[in-house]
Amino acid sequence: MRARTTAQANKKRHSRAVDFVIRLVTEKPLGTFGAVISLVLLFTGIFADFLAPFGMNEANTGYFLAPPSAQFWLGTDQLGRDMLSRVIYGARVSVIVGLAGSAIGTLIAILIGTLSAYIGGRFDLLVQRFVDGVMCLPGLVLLMVVISMIGPGMWSVILTLGVLFGISSSRIIRSAVIGIKNNVYVAAAIAVGCPTSKVLTRHILPNIMAPVIILFSLRVPAVIVTEASLSFLGFGIPPPTPSWGGMLGSMARPYMLSAPWMVIWPGLALAIVVYGINMYGDAARDILDPRLSGGGGRYGVRIRKTEKKTKLLAGHGAATSDNI
Amino acid sequence: MRAYIIRRLLLAIPTLFLVTLIVFLLVRLVPGDAVDAMAVELALQGVDIDSARDQIEHMLGLDVPILQQYGRWFGILPQDDGSFRGIFQGDLGKSFWSPYTVVEEIARRWPVTIELGLMGILIAQIIALPIGIYSALRQDSWGDLIGRSFAIIFIAVPSFWIATMVMVFPAIWWGYMPPIMFVSFLDDPLRHLRMYIVPAAVLGMEMAGMTMRMTRTMMLEVLRQDYVRTAWAKGLREKVVVLRHTLKNALIPVVTIVGLQLPVMIGGTVIIETIFALPGMGSLIVDATSQRDYPVLSGAMLFFGVGLVLINIVVDLTYTFLDPRTHEEAKR
Repeated sequence: MRARTTAQANKKRHSRAVDFVIRLVTEKPLGTFGAVISLVLLFTGIFADFLAPFGMNEANTGYFLAPPSAQFWLGTDQLGRDMLSRVIYGARVSVIVGLAGSAIGTLIAILIGTLSAYIGGRFDLLVQRFVDGVMCLPGLVLLMVVISMIGPGMWSVILTLGVLFGISSSRIIRSAVIGIKNNVYVAAAIAVGCPTSKVLTRHILPNIMAPVIILFSLRVPAVIVTEASLSFLGFGIPPPTPSWGGMLGSMARPYMLSAPWMVIWPGLALAIVVYGINMYGDAARDILDPRLSGGGGRYGVRIRKTEKKTKLLAGHGAATSDNI
Repeated sequence: MRAYIIRRLLLAIPTLFLVTLIVFLLVRLVPGDAVDAMAVELALQGVDIDSARDQIEHMLGLDVPILQQYGRWFGILPQDDGSFRGIFQGDLGKSFWSPYTVVEEIARRWPVTIELGLMGILIAQIIALPIGIYSALRQDSWGDLIGRSFAIIFIAVPSFWIATMVMVFPAIWWGYMPPIMFVSFLDDPLRHLRMYIVPAAVLGMEMAGMTMRMTRTMMLEVLRQDYVRTAWAKGLREKVVVLRHTLKNALIPVVTIVGLQLPVMIGGTVIIETIFALPGMGSLIVDATSQRDYPVLSGAMLFFGVGLVLINIVVDLTYTFLDPRTHEEAKR
């Protein structure tokens, strides 16, 4: 399998993406299932306007708290808004928050991690103590406080989430860069007078793409769940914007016993999506960077403690709200 | 070993210092609008808005340079009246709205959160360890598949939804609601535990999933080691091989995952305490945030921050104690 992979990669450069899909489908059925869920989410988000039978805030007077029926498949809420439409529009919110938050987080992680590892010395020590300090504060609380200060809203949620996730996942990038920094070709590049910016962009960054992609895809579900938790607590995306977390929040709680469909569907959608993206992310990790998957050492091959911790963070710890 | 412990404790000092700095900066630097909001409230009572602003800034100590503010809050610089009242002296200030000091408020609340968290961890381990061990011993069997699926479901399903479902479905099917009234342990131990068990189980779910996966992975790794093969070859019974030779070594990284999960769990207590109306630190933080009660907020965050730094030390030391190899490596 591996031999074929390399042969294909050598033959045609752009076939790496195609090869990835082939390996995903043939080797990882659960990962493929997860990828399908992720794609369904993505397209539901993009085409929400066409899929939703009603507008996201369209109140149907006379149908308050209506149970699921042929007209309203998932029922209506206390303002007579169609739950199905709101769940569909909620997918759009999750897609935007998940992708944007994770992208910002990954960029910040690359920035902090690369600089900290490459410059090293005192700078590294200082940055790492700061990262330690941030990671010692419970993330959800930190986010709540910051968002309540800069004001709730979709973009403030995305930005704060991105920054916090960026800081806490910079460790993974840092250890990856440290591993590459010690290679001879980096020393050679420096020796021939390559400017630092070029060493970083040509020799370091391309080599950490695997952990970067993994980090990005494993952060997406974490960001989505965290946004939902924040909105649930009332510190996230304010109503009437349909966020899956907010739909279960304080507005819906008084009705949860008389109209349980109000709280069942948004949460179920959230659970399925998080499950799907996690499955896909795990599979992508196994294919792209087998070293990061479980069961690192065999027959007495020991993993050093620091590496193990990074591995835990990259793998097992990343499934949902990491450090939150 | 002693040198390592001392080094680890010394390393915690800059981290602790940075935690105080981050908490301080977060709460004092960002809220320009908080002063405005409070000034507006005073202005509604007929005070001139500009003098109200000055008054509030003076009351919060915001009218001196930022470094002096930090020094005062930390307790190494004197207050206006010349006394030292900072976190160094164990003084976290007074709540804006309630009659209690922050220390009193935290003292009333933290046992609830600690009890919830400890029960959550306990329940998580009771569920996760046997299933994780079974999964590893019967790798790729149906039981293993089911166990792994449950682990993933536990991790993927958001706790606030499960908590809501736990309240909704029993209520609809059997008309049963988890008890919401707070009962102290001394009044009625049984009802007290019954009150905690459902929230703690929901809180522990994610950790159970993580621990299950970690236990399985590590068990599989250790089962392949030479000394386990030797143990089998000696003709030891399965119970002895699994419990004494494998499990003991496989559990070491599980300690780390419990440590790593703790900040996540504290975030979880915020949600769980809100849903089940438990009067702990989590609900204190939610209330303080919505009321913009900054002294309480910084006090509570400091409590969690310092607590986590200390817990991390304990986890690291436990790890070193359990696995002397890390100690050897730490020396280098």
